[in-house]
Amino acid sequence: MEPLSWIDIIGRMAVQFVPVWIGLALIFGVSIATKSRTGLYGQLFNSTVGMIGFGLVMFWVLTAFLADMIITHDPLSQLIGMKNEPPGTPVPDVEGDYYLLGGDNLARDVFSRLVMGSRRVLTIAPLATLFAFMVGITLGLPAGYFGKRLDTGLSFLSNLVLAFPVILLFYLLVTPEIRETGIPVIMAGVLFLFPIIFFVMLWYSRYHTQPNTRNLLIGTTLVLGFWAYSGLVFNADPLGVFGMEPNLLNVFVSVVFVNSPTVFRIVRGLTLDIGTRDYVAAAQTRGEKPWYIMLWEILPNARGPLIVDFCLRIGYTTILLGTLGFFGLGVSPESPDWGSTINEGRRFLRAYPHPAMAPALALMSLVLGLNLLADGLREESMKT
Amino acid sequence: MLTFLLRRSGVMLATAICLSFVVFFLTNLQPNLEKLAKTEGNNRMTDEQVVSWLSRNGFERPLVVRFGEWIGVVPGWTYEGEDGRIDGRCLRTAADRDTPPRYCGILQGQLGFSSVFSEPVSKIVWEKLSLTGFLMFWVMIVMVPAALIIGVLAGMREGSRTDRSLSSVSILSTATPEYVSGVVFIALFSSKAFGLQWFKGSATKAMTEPNFENFTLPVATMAIYGMGYIARMTRASMAEVMTAQYIRTARLKGLSFSGIVLKHALRNALIAPFTVIMLQFPWLLTGVVIVETLFNYKGFGWTLVEAAGNNDINLLLACSIVAVLVVLITQLISDIGYVFLNPRIRVS
Repeated sequence: MEPLSWIDIIGRMAVQFVPVWIGLALIFGVSIATKSRTGLYGQLFNSTVGMIGFGLVMFWVLTAFLADMIITHDPLSQLIGMKNEPPGTPVPDVEGDYYLLGGDNLARDVFSRLVMGSRRVLTIAPLATLFAFMVGITLGLPAGYFGKRLDTGLSFLSNLVLAFPVILLFYLLVTPEIRETGIPVIMAGVLFLFPIIFFVMLWYSRYHTQPNTRNLLIGTTLVLGFWAYSGLVFNADPLGVFGMEPNLLNVFVSVVFVNSPTVFRIVRGLTLDIGTRDYVAAAQTRGEKPWYIMLWEILPNARGPLIVDFCLRIGYTTILLGTLGFFGLGVSPESPDWGSTINEGRRFLRAYPHPAMAPALALMSLVLGLNLLADGLREESMKT
Repeated sequence: MLTFLLRRSGVMLATAICLSFVVFFLTNLQPNLEKLAKTEGNNRMTDEQVVSWLSRNGFERPLVVRFGEWIGVVPGWTYEGEDGRIDGRCLRTAADRDTPPRYCGILQGQLGFSSVFSEPVSKIVWEKLSLTGFLMFWVMIVMVPAALIIGVLAGMREGSRTDRSLSSVSILSTATPEYVSGVVFIALFSSKAFGLQWFKGSATKAMTEPNFENFTLPVATMAIYGMGYIARMTRASMAEVMTAQYIRTARLKGLSFSGIVLKHALRNALIAPFTVIMLQFPWLLTGVVIVETLFNYKGFGWTLVEAAGNNDINLLLACSIVAVLVVLITQLISDIGYVFLNPRIRVS
């Protein structure tokens, strides 16, 4: 069989992505139809930049969800004779079967690995960012609101982490040796407590006058929280729903650890600013408790900048995860995630550029989408 | 101003000590020491042999004592073997083996001995830093003017077509981390597949004889990621200045647009980017590590990777101290510079 031309390759890839196109069309159709009723999310569809960004992000999100339908080969299987073959090479002995983006150094299909890799990137990056936000918010609000010693201490700690070169921290924290010492588990034990604390305080401060609602909400939070906690931190979930390989936990914890001081700083700054507003003074006069003011008066009013930063930070976390993969830290060599694939491909880059180019461009487009989305959100939230 | 400087220096010192202790702790964890013993001795050591190797090399003392040794406030370890051979921390780097000094830590200017390169750490660090300094110099030369020009042109007329296209360029460049642009550049400009073999994909030769061919790609790779961010900050700052009252006044009195931009707006618009550029330095460190690894330029970042990969404790500690100091000093400079550039800010 003849190898495919570039037009054929793009056409065939477009066909493979059909489920994604359908999904995108549905999301855009529904969102644009209801845009006047969905607040900030709807306004996003008034700005071209925002729509492009949202489209790029959703493209990868849907790809991650529907990866099983899109791939053309098993991402781990190796086919004889396909090693380092250029894009569009037909698979020998099978009619109409191609390696759309060529084969990598172990004769695996680059296209399928790219698609499967998106799954890994898109689960870790948003989750790690979310955890970093929980940590940053739970510490940043009281630091900004109470000030004084608490603020000085926490700010010093966060500056300490920020002064630490990220790459050095990764080299020290994400090694197989460090797992033996249990340090990642301890860090996870501390960092993963923050979401639980956050939600308990959230419900407690709001419903402390309605004991029934309060007990129900706090109870549910505690049960769910510690269930997930036992699985994620100690890998000892009795039901086996939650769980993380030690490798992944190590990467996850390091990324959360690196990101949370920056979030802390932003939240602290916003709290300092919003804390001087009249409605905060009104709540204080009403005799509301500090945690109620922080979580139900200040936090909702700080949501604009936080949402924008959340989008940007997912992009930054994606880049960080790629960096980790690029240095071969913490991920198994079989893993199709983009950073490790780039790392594998770079050794043979000058002879066979395609195995590294594909994930590199994919990562760039995802981060670009997130940046554009953040830009669109910022623009639209400033208009109102 | 003086009290401000003193207080900042105090905080800096505390930060540096805390961070170096953290690095010391993490590199001296038991599994790391065992790995070091096995790479230095041999791979099939028994547990007893590992323990004896560690005690022969001064690792059996408590962590805090060893940290004190490294700082130079506790006398260095000495070891006398059964055959009467004497070894010691200070003996290894001493110029005169018969009368070694008692203390040999940072305070005495001794950074110890690197196990990977078999050379004194201070020598390696200086050599590598100068190589990286050269790379950084060219990155700055390319990145800063380009970013400022893009930012000023975009922010000059907010919302215009120039603004839109230049802003898109800067967003694209912030979305392109070094390992992406590096890979793309090497593929495009130095691989056989695309046929454009304009530049060299390796910068190893650039360490001794840098030229356009072998130095362009590493510099461009690093400059691109940082450029977008500075450009966006400059644009935001420029756009804000252009709406100020005095710009309107200048326009009303009939000054030409270029005159307004060059004489009135530019100086005020460049205050914010200055801080951003200074704070960019620590961020560039990650870029340095990636670019030097990718292009095989054996500078500071490459050394850091080697040290970390082989758990070369002394070298890794020295690298981290240098990195932390760079971060802290640039923070200080940015604070001070901000005060000088913007007379409205008072430090006290």
